[in-house]
Amino acid sequence: MKPAVLTGEHFITGDVACAEGALAAGCRFFAGYPITPATEVAEHMAVRLPDVGGTYIQMEDEIASMGAVLGASCAGAKSMTATSGPGFSLMMENIGLAICTETPCVVVNVQRAGPSTGLPTLAAQGDMMQARWGSHGHYEIITLAPSSPQEMFYLTITAFDLSETYRTPVLIMSDEVIGHLSERVIIPEANAIKPRSRPKPKGRKDRFKPFQPGPNGVAPMAIAGEGYGIHVTGLTHDEKGYPVMTAEAQEAMLAQLTGKIHRNLEDIIRTEAYRLEDADLVIVSYGVSARSSLAAVDEARQLGIKAGLLKLVTVWPFPEERVRALAERVKGLVTVEINLGQIHLEVQRCAAGRAPAMLVGHAGGAVIPPERIIETLRNFS
Amino acid sequence: MQLNVPDRDYMHSGHVGCPGCGAAVAMKFVLRALGNKTIMVLPACCWSIIAGPYPQSTLQIPLIHSAFETGGAMASGVRAALDVKGDKETCVVTWAGDGGTFDIGFQALSGAVERNEDFIYFCYDNEAYMNTGIQRSSSTPYGAWTTTTPGRDWKRMRKKNIVEALVAHRIPYAATASIAYPEDLLRKVSKARSIKGSRFLHIFASCPTGWRIPSEISVKIARMAVQTNIFPLYEVENGRKYTINFMPKGYLVKEYFKLQGRFKHLSESDLDQIQAMVEEDWELLLRKAGVPLQG
Repeated sequence: MKPAVLTGEHFITGDVACAEGALAAGCRFFAGYPITPATEVAEHMAVRLPDVGGTYIQMEDEIASMGAVLGASCAGAKSMTATSGPGFSLMMENIGLAICTETPCVVVNVQRAGPSTGLPTLAAQGDMMQARWGSHGHYEIITLAPSSPQEMFYLTITAFDLSETYRTPVLIMSDEVIGHLSERVIIPEANAIKPRSRPKPKGRKDRFKPFQPGPNGVAPMAIAGEGYGIHVTGLTHDEKGYPVMTAEAQEAMLAQLTGKIHRNLEDIIRTEAYRLEDADLVIVSYGVSARSSLAAVDEARQLGIKAGLLKLVTVWPFPEERVRALAERVKGLVTVEINLGQIHLEVQRCAAGRAPAMLVGHAGGAVIPPERIIETLRNFS
Repeated sequence: MQLNVPDRDYMHSGHVGCPGCGAAVAMKFVLRALGNKTIMVLPACCWSIIAGPYPQSTLQIPLIHSAFETGGAMASGVRAALDVKGDKETCVVTWAGDGGTFDIGFQALSGAVERNEDFIYFCYDNEAYMNTGIQRSSSTPYGAWTTTTPGRDWKRMRKKNIVEALVAHRIPYAATASIAYPEDLLRKVSKARSIKGSRFLHIFASCPTGWRIPSEISVKIARMAVQTNIFPLYEVENGRKYTINFMPKGYLVKEYFKLQGRFKHLSESDLDQIQAMVEEDWELLLRKAGVPLQG
């Protein structure tokens, strides 16, 4: 029996690191369904969860996986699933239910090229807008993008922390290269990891309102079966959780669902800056593309181009303020991503004409080589 | 014995299945019996790959790949369009693996046969998600190792009885077949083709890669599954009339289990328990078929 936190130095894939991160964060339920290139997350959880008193269930499809994840979360377990494009599409309805019912959970998408079956074994970052808007209705969602197996480990812990703190699904948008890449992963001592847990209700059970927000805008979460009267519904509901079929209730509920994200951006948004201080051309990138971008920055500097990188660790909510501030002072912004312009549109929107925004994109199936980025930087400077 | 087997193949060389692939054998036989007036709907499964990338495509019939969960639904649409065009001759078939039939595709299959759509649904059953690397499905038998039923957590649930689930829909024709009994398989495909409405064929298709067996015993293993009553050959008409096509000679299931790496962790008592389960299932089938129990 291995412990939940495998302290030490490992040489493992991103998918395995993701599973280990989940266990270290206290995840004890995984609902799986095989799909390339995310299957290894499920396989590793199937081996490891019984070691730590957790449960792995293989479901009959991704709709069921997402349903089981929400059920487990409502009943008190930190829960997750992992998938790729087609499975992510099937999960969308239940992701919306999780948002509406404020049910914490983590969903990993190891992206492959689409649309449809696409290139199951090759990388892409084409689901970024689906991550943002894939379920119906208006909402906010938290999305993280890891660039290495080490980040797959840490960001899975972060994903659980944010999910529990803000009672919302958190998406980890990885890709085939990071999922299948083996690298050194350092797992710290168990007591160095301090996972957050959902806020618990206090006080009289008979006066409890399951959706009445606390000071940070998030309602304490009662677990089904703990004695609190809870009514959880995807219908528009009030603080008591009961359906209210009015435009006013809808407005209040959306204000609550989006407000709890908007007022905590400081805690949610993470970016990394590389050689940005004196940069006048800034690359905005995330996931595997941030690795190519990092190499491109160093090579461009040798050519005398003052390049820098803003790496988006949190992609959603979009780090608007940071991009806006950069647009005020730089000559240009270059978004690097394996799609034909998704996050690029956000950069363009935030730059709002203050600096030109360009795209180094790719239809999917391969990682963008640094040379292509440098070419764009050269043409610009 | 002169077999009435058409000798024209519509599956040609160039498939990219693993050595000893039972699913490839199944396709070859089925297409011989169906002929080329066939449109095939193929949800995600090993055959999504086996058919081969250009220029190696091995199938000589129109092939429409559907989403994983909609094999039955897409075939319903194809049939409707042919009906609109007045094409009564072309046979619409769905060709799906066990994951796409027993699990993710079950809703679309159940919907299609409840409407009694005029098509044949073939499930080639290799008893796990083999295309993604051997994860358990609800067709994986009791006792099997897979990558998601690993180590001491081998699968302790019975295989879903898919034919009985289809029989419960009272469809015109439901049958089991095996790659090890091609005459029986071809007869059933021809019979299914001659019937109108929803028809279901459950074909046992061994998988050397996933079952951890040498590729040369692929057909032998499939034959043993029938001979041990693990996979009885039978057909059911209109949800009522059962016919058992092969009366086995009472071989013990452990002979079948011991040849396969996926079962190597099982103890003698596990195998005795499995023997009892198989006998129970067999007796149930005999009762349904109105055959007197032996002994």
